[in-house]
Amino acid sequence: MDPRLKSPSRLARLRRDLFGTPLDGAITIALLAALGAGAQALLNWALSRADWAVIQANSTLLAVGRYPMAQQWRLWLLTGLLCSATGASWGLLRRRSWPRNDRIAAGLLLAMALVVPAALELGLDVRARWWAIAGLLLLARWAAGRWSHRLPLICQKLWPLAWPGLYVLGLGLIGGGLGLQPVRTSQWGGLLLTLIEASFAIVLCFPLGIALALGRRSELPLLRWGSTIYIEFIRGAPLITLLFLGQNILGFLLPGGLAPDRVWRAAWVLTFFAAAYVAEAVRAGLTALPRGQVEAARSLGLNSLQTVLHVVLPQALRVALPATVGQFITLLQDTTLLSLIGLLDLLGTARAIMANPDFLGRNAEVYLVLAVLFWCCCAALGLGCRALEHRLNRHSSTASR
Amino acid sequence: MVLNLRLQLACSLVAAMALGGCASDEGGLQSQKLALIKGRGELICGVQGTLPGFSSVDSDGSYKGLDVDICRATAAAVLGDPNKVEFRDLNPSERFAALASGEVDLLSRNTTYTLSRDAAGGNGLSFAPVVFYDGQGLMVPKASGITSVKGLSGKPICVETGTTSELNLADRMRELKAPYTPLKFQTSDQTYAAYLQGRCVAVTTDRSQLAAKRTGFPNPEAHVLLPDVISKEPLAPATVNGDPLWSDAVRWTVYGLMQAEELGITQTNVDAKVAKAKANPNLADLRRFLGVEGDFGKQVGLSPDFVVRALKAVGNYGEIFERNVGSGSVLKLERGLNRSWKDGGLIYSPPFR
Repeated sequence: MDPRLKSPSRLARLRRDLFGTPLDGAITIALLAALGAGAQALLNWALSRADWAVIQANSTLLAVGRYPMAQQWRLWLLTGLLCSATGASWGLLRRRSWPRNDRIAAGLLLAMALVVPAALELGLDVRARWWAIAGLLLLARWAAGRWSHRLPLICQKLWPLAWPGLYVLGLGLIGGGLGLQPVRTSQWGGLLLTLIEASFAIVLCFPLGIALALGRRSELPLLRWGSTIYIEFIRGAPLITLLFLGQNILGFLLPGGLAPDRVWRAAWVLTFFAAAYVAEAVRAGLTALPRGQVEAARSLGLNSLQTVLHVVLPQALRVALPATVGQFITLLQDTTLLSLIGLLDLLGTARAIMANPDFLGRNAEVYLVLAVLFWCCCAALGLGCRALEHRLNRHSSTASR
Repeated sequence: MVLNLRLQLACSLVAAMALGGCASDEGGLQSQKLALIKGRGELICGVQGTLPGFSSVDSDGSYKGLDVDICRATAAAVLGDPNKVEFRDLNPSERFAALASGEVDLLSRNTTYTLSRDAAGGNGLSFAPVVFYDGQGLMVPKASGITSVKGLSGKPICVETGTTSELNLADRMRELKAPYTPLKFQTSDQTYAAYLQGRCVAVTTDRSQLAAKRTGFPNPEAHVLLPDVISKEPLAPATVNGDPLWSDAVRWTVYGLMQAEELGITQTNVDAKVAKAKANPNLADLRRFLGVEGDFGKQVGLSPDFVVRALKAVGNYGEIFERNVGSGSVLKLERGLNRSWKDGGLIYSPPFR
């Protein structure tokens, strides 16, 4: 075989890409030097000048805000449940195989469970909970991958339905009621509040967006105009304006007590806002669908509802997925605007911490941790959605050919 | 306008009902707000939430600060428990709407007392006594040897552009006929960075902010606030205008904290003072103030010992000041205008009589 046809080794490829010409080599070296200097300065700051006591002392506040200490077991329980479910879903997806990405993820997870609690100087009992939860996740991954094939197929098919159930259960656990001591929304905060607001909006804006997109392409004028006006109105106003509107106006419009409280008000505003953008992403997917698909479905005798459910939406959503995921990630980051309307979300909590007279002037540390936390959340969301995309496409390539 | 008319109508209806109530229940003044708070068992207090020394969240999730202590004192006076407060973080744009719509009972959020905010034709608030006389000040390096605004003549001064601080500084320096070079910056971070680099000999904004920023400096002790105050920023708690009894309750609770300082009653000795007042019928003033005799509490819709409850919760005004922004805090603000009138300050309670 001609050696030139063989794909070059990794080292050779690196050399070809980075040091192909003398100019390339110079640019590479200059960039590496700049990167190295930057990393060294950051490390230098992080290890010698930064004072991480502000994070160690306030880690609980950043995580759950002012959630009462005595009730925090509920959050641990919920985290445990969520991690087990994640592990189970992961295992169902991969079966018995452990591809390299999975091994890396498992390694990272274990490292995180060991390093983070130690870095935060948490008590031994809390560290044990971190270890237990990480162990639970990996155990569920392993067990589901190993034994799920013995479960009846219907159980495997129905497993994704456990997630909405878990979501409702989670909200119940967080908010209390039904025998649990209620914890008011004003006491939710930090990462907990950010995740609640974002997940609530993401879960609800998706169906709402689909409905709006279908409405906008509907042949009924009232529906079409209604959807169009809604979408254009929402897209024409900045989110922060709508949030202020929601906070300021609802109190006057609805008699006292009837208006949803501030946290849910903001969640609904986020939902309605994101729905308009999701609708446009879905509409792009609908537009991309060749006309022949609908005509073929009709000629097979499917009615309109069946056509939409079985032919149009499955294909349109697949096209719209990347744009929609982008919208979800934006939405997660948009939750930081809640701090401007006085909610103690992650950013709001961080600002409160920076105002604590004991930790004045420690802004850089707090903002850096915030950036890392947001990056982790967005990366997780992006990875999850990419896996979903991958799976849908694989499905389509076997089904449609 | 429509809203106003409706409001008036509602008010007159409420007034008519209140009058009807008075006829049957002799002298029983009614306050919807007080009844609401007592029924709810909790005071909802609007605060800023991210202002060092005034309101911030501690590591254990509890609120602390001067504004926060006013809320706690009021809760103690009304409900007997300083912890029965729900704090709401409010931003500047929504604070008045939140008060007007009844979302918060009391606004204790470093709000400057001004005509347009007090007037019925403006925001229509009812202000309690000023709890902090803030004002624009100047900070200089100790090594510069400058001790007054006059000494800054001909020197560069760092200021954030587009703020009232910039205008106040210009006015004041023109008044003093002192030429100076303003170095203007877009953000407060840039302003302080320039000051620390030595590009100007002074930096100016509200004194409480200067003190808070100073604690973040590499060497806080090397900088001093000049004693001059070049603008008026009296910060006061506020209630909504339509409920005079509730406004009175807040007002006299705050006055009680000030009067206690004047009388030397503190969080620690309040029990002893009460015992003393009970034992000695000749101390009429003290007995009335502490609710041992008289009906001052009833007149403002509270229990007779409302001042004692507030004092036990947070201490007198001087203690609140020192603990949150004064010598007991990292801000280390001088009392200045916030001294009792007996020491030459502006903190002055009308008599409890």
